[in-house]
Amino acid sequence: MITHTNWFKYSSPATFYQLAGKLTPWFFAAAILFTIAGIYVSFFVAPTDAQQGEAYRIIFIHVPAAWMSMFIYIVMACWSGIGLAFNTRLSSMVASALAPTGALMTFIALWTGSLWGKPMWGTWWVWDARLTSELILLFLYFGFMSLQAAIDDPRRADKAGAVIALVGVINVPIIYFSVKWWNTLHQGASVSLTRSPSMAATMLIGMLLMALAFWMYSIGAMLMRVRCIILERERNAAWVKSVQGDER
Amino acid sequence: MTSPGPLDALRAVAGRDLLSALRRRADLLTTLIFFIIVASLFPLGVGTETALLRAMGPGVIWVAALLASMLALTRVFAGDYADGTLEQLALAPQPLAALAMSKVTAHWLASGLPLVIVAPVLGLQYDLDAEGLLILLASLLLGTPTLSLIGAIGASLTLGVRGGGALLSLIVLPLYVPVLIFGAGAVEAGAAGLGATPHLSLLGALLLVALVFAPWATAVALRIAVE
Repeated sequence: MITHTNWFKYSSPATFYQLAGKLTPWFFAAAILFTIAGIYVSFFVAPTDAQQGEAYRIIFIHVPAAWMSMFIYIVMACWSGIGLAFNTRLSSMVASALAPTGALMTFIALWTGSLWGKPMWGTWWVWDARLTSELILLFLYFGFMSLQAAIDDPRRADKAGAVIALVGVINVPIIYFSVKWWNTLHQGASVSLTRSPSMAATMLIGMLLMALAFWMYSIGAMLMRVRCIILERERNAAWVKSVQGDER
Repeated sequence: MTSPGPLDALRAVAGRDLLSALRRRADLLTTLIFFIIVASLFPLGVGTETALLRAMGPGVIWVAALLASMLALTRVFAGDYADGTLEQLALAPQPLAALAMSKVTAHWLASGLPLVIVAPVLGLQYDLDAEGLLILLASLLLGTPTLSLIGAIGASLTLGVRGGGALLSLIVLPLYVPVLIFGAGAVEAGAAGLGATPHLSLLGALLLVALVFAPWATAVALRIAVE
C-alpha cells in the first residue's frame, strides 16, 4: 500500500489551529526550562567580567532579544512574501502574529541596552549605529502593525502588510550601513561593542541557552496569537462553531 | 496620423498630472510654504548663534524637506483613486509600474523640484557658504526623487485607509532615514573639508535602487488598493 503524505495538510487554518493548540504548551515548557538553565548559568556559573563587573550580566537578556528582533523581522517578511506570492492565508496570518513579538523583542533589546549603557558608558542613550538601527527597526514593526490595523478587509490588510514588510527587509541592511557610516563621520568609535574582550565559554553557553529560551517563547507566543487570528477570521466557519462548542 | 507609441501613454499621464497640479497652484504653494516655515522655526527655538546655525542648517533643511515632501504624498494617487481613474490605469495595456513611474515623476516635478529651488535661500538663513549651498542643492536634487519614489509605495498602500496621513508618515519616515543621513551628511562633509563626493555618490546609488524597485512595489500596492 502506498501512503501519500499530504504536505499541505497543515496549511489549512482549520487543521493548523488544532496543531498549534497541541504544540503551544510544549514550546512554552521548553522556554521555561531553557530560561531556568540560562538564568542559572548566567548568574551562578558565568564568571564576573574583569572590566565590567557584575553589570555585564544583562547581556544574557540583551543579546538574545536583539538577535530575535532581527530574526523575527526576516521570518515575518518571508511569510509575508509567501502569502503574497502564493495567496496562502495562513502564511499571512503567521506574519501578522509574529509582528507584536518582534516589536516586543526590539523594545526589550533597546530597554536593556539602555540599562546596560548607564553603568558602562555613563549615559542612557548613545547614537551608536546598532542602537539607532534597532530603534528604526522598532519603527518598522510599528508601521507594519498600524497599517494592518487600519485596514478592515483582512485580505487587503495581509497584502498591504506584506508589501511594507518586504520593502522594509530590503531597507534594513541599507539603514544599518547608512547609520554606521554616519556614526563614524560624527564621532570616533568612542563606544565599540565589537572590541569587547574574548568571551568566556560559560558566558557563551549562558547566552545561547537564553537565546533558545527566547526562541521557544517567540514560537509559542506566535502560535497562540495565530490561533486567535484564525478564530477571528474564520468565525463564520462551521468548524469554529464545533470547536467552540467542544471547549465550552 | 501615426498610432500612439508605448511612451505616449506615459507622457500623457505625466502631462495630465502636471497640468492638474498647475491648475491647483494653492496645493503646491502650501507644501512650499510649509517647508519654509518649518525651516524658519528652528532658529526661533534654539537661538541665533551663527556657529550653531551653521552646524544645524543642513540637517534642519533636510528634515524640513523630508516632512514637506511627505505632506505632498497623499495627493499622488488619492484623486485618481477617488474618481476611478486608477482602475482605468490598472486596466491599461501599458505596465502599471511604468504608469506609476510617470505619475511619480510628475509629482516630483510639481512638489519636489520647487523645494530644491527654494532650499538655497533657506541655506542663506543658516549662513551656509557658497560651496555649502551648492552641495545642498546637489544633494536635494539627488535625494528628493528618492523620497518621492519611496513615498509613492506608502501613498499607494494607504489609499482609502483610515487615518491616512499619520499612518503614511509612520510607514514612510523610517524608510527615509538613509536619504536623510547621506543628504545632510554631504553638506556637513563638504563643510568639514572631507569632500561631499562619497555622500553624493551614495545618494545617487539610493536613487538608482529606488528607481528599480519602487515603481514595481508601487504597482503591486496599487493593484491591492483597486482590487
